[in-house]
Amino acid sequence: MTIASRIDTIYQTESRRVQATLIRLLGDFDLAEESMQEAFAAAVKQWPGQGIPDNPAAWLIKTGHRRGIDHIRRRQTARDNLSHVAENELYTPEPNTDQIDDDLLRLIFTCCHPSLAIEAQLALTLREICSLTTEQVASALLQKPTTTAQRIVRAKRKIREANIPYEVPERKELPQRLQSVLKVVYLIFNEGYSSSEGNTIVNISLAGEAIRLARLLAELLPDGEVFGLLALLLLQDSRRHARQDANGELVTLEDQNRSLWDQEQIRSGLTWLDRALELTPAAPYTLQASIAATHAKAATALDTDWARIARLYQALYQRQPSPVIALNHAVAVAMRDTPEEGLKLLDQLAGHKAIQSYYLYHAARADLFRRSGDLAGARTAYQRALTLTQQGPEQRYLSRRLTALDGA
Amino acid sequence: MKYVALVYYQESIINNMTEQEWHDLNQECIAGVEKLTSQGKFVTGQPLQPIDTATTVRVRDDEVLISDGPFAETKEQLAGFYLLDANDLNEALQLASRIPPARFGSIEVRPARELPPKD
Repeated sequence: MTIASRIDTIYQTESRRVQATLIRLLGDFDLAEESMQEAFAAAVKQWPGQGIPDNPAAWLIKTGHRRGIDHIRRRQTARDNLSHVAENELYTPEPNTDQIDDDLLRLIFTCCHPSLAIEAQLALTLREICSLTTEQVASALLQKPTTTAQRIVRAKRKIREANIPYEVPERKELPQRLQSVLKVVYLIFNEGYSSSEGNTIVNISLAGEAIRLARLLAELLPDGEVFGLLALLLLQDSRRHARQDANGELVTLEDQNRSLWDQEQIRSGLTWLDRALELTPAAPYTLQASIAATHAKAATALDTDWARIARLYQALYQRQPSPVIALNHAVAVAMRDTPEEGLKLLDQLAGHKAIQSYYLYHAARADLFRRSGDLAGARTAYQRALTLTQQGPEQRYLSRRLTALDGA
Repeated sequence: MKYVALVYYQESIINNMTEQEWHDLNQECIAGVEKLTSQGKFVTGQPLQPIDTATTVRVRDDEVLISDGPFAETKEQLAGFYLLDANDLNEALQLASRIPPARFGSIEVRPARELPPKD
């Protein structure tokens, strides 16, 4: 391997870590990025002659740190207000490089700080942790690049001016703050999951980025819910080739060609789930991963262990009493017992305002009416669902269902 | 670094308290301030009289305009403030979460801004 291609590899594996440490040392996101790039530029120049150092990351951090401080000095000289205090603060001859992984974890907690708007958390995480360019973040999140750039700039300003610290939260606060990080990773995954239809221009796979993030977290912070989330993402993503047919149309779990499921990814997901179950068997992501695993283990839709899925949703509802979880529980009960039992449970949800405008609620009711033979009820509910979704594939799926009813 | 913690709540909640509940809440606030002071985190602070005691002053075209109360009708009213000295936002949020009205109202935490040096 040539030196240049080895530097490329080092860039891919180490640049995020180097940058995270430089943010801690320099206290400035943009300066850290610039200094990291300069350090790599220096490596490209110097390593072919000197050879690659034993610890490339440490070399890059030292070089980047020096460049960053040069920049700060130049700025201050330009402003002509170089104070003694600032001079002392800058005097850090040997940056500490043995806590590189901690720095990356600190950066994750800073980017996912709950005092930032959730949109800003997503954009910042993709930008700083996944190292996407602002343009890539914008196109992946279906935003205008100027909007994304503005969000990122504002978030960085808030981090600086409100002094959001660069630290892993204390044990007492960790569970809650970790939830905020896991939520960002899950939202990134879902963003990729739901916006994937026909959008081949976006070559950034957000689902892939989310899985990389979850793997990184699993490595840095061995917590049951981190393992649970990673398992959930792997198991859901294992079905990606089966979720759409050749025309890009939505295929429901029931109708999917299960031979298209990625078995290797399922195995990996099940392994992470086992680790999660040892630590946090009843925590939300672990429960959701258990549900995904139950589907993954069913050779055909008819083999699905709906009794188990209904139990898991019940347990999940106890932890997170949301109408959407109640909806999924009702569907599982319908599949376990009869459509009528499921419809009874769905009727109990009718009082929720949010659920009334949720297309999946009406789609689920329609499906259970259809299964119970009430075609008129099914038609009304499918039509209601159709008015509540704007997404093309979902609309076409519901229309196909309506047409199928007419043929029945 | 200095942070201001602005305490908001619905005054109706306070108005509906019994004498004893109101007394206990005040004592709890006093104890909280004592603790913050002993930790060196409390710079200053003040609870406020209810919003119907407020008067708003504006100056337009050199004319002083005085009107009754604040304009905006909000669900929660400003009830007091703390000026805290905290290392960073996380510590400020932690301290704010122990302000008793956080349990029924809300605490807005803002970094204090320093004015630029005098010309």
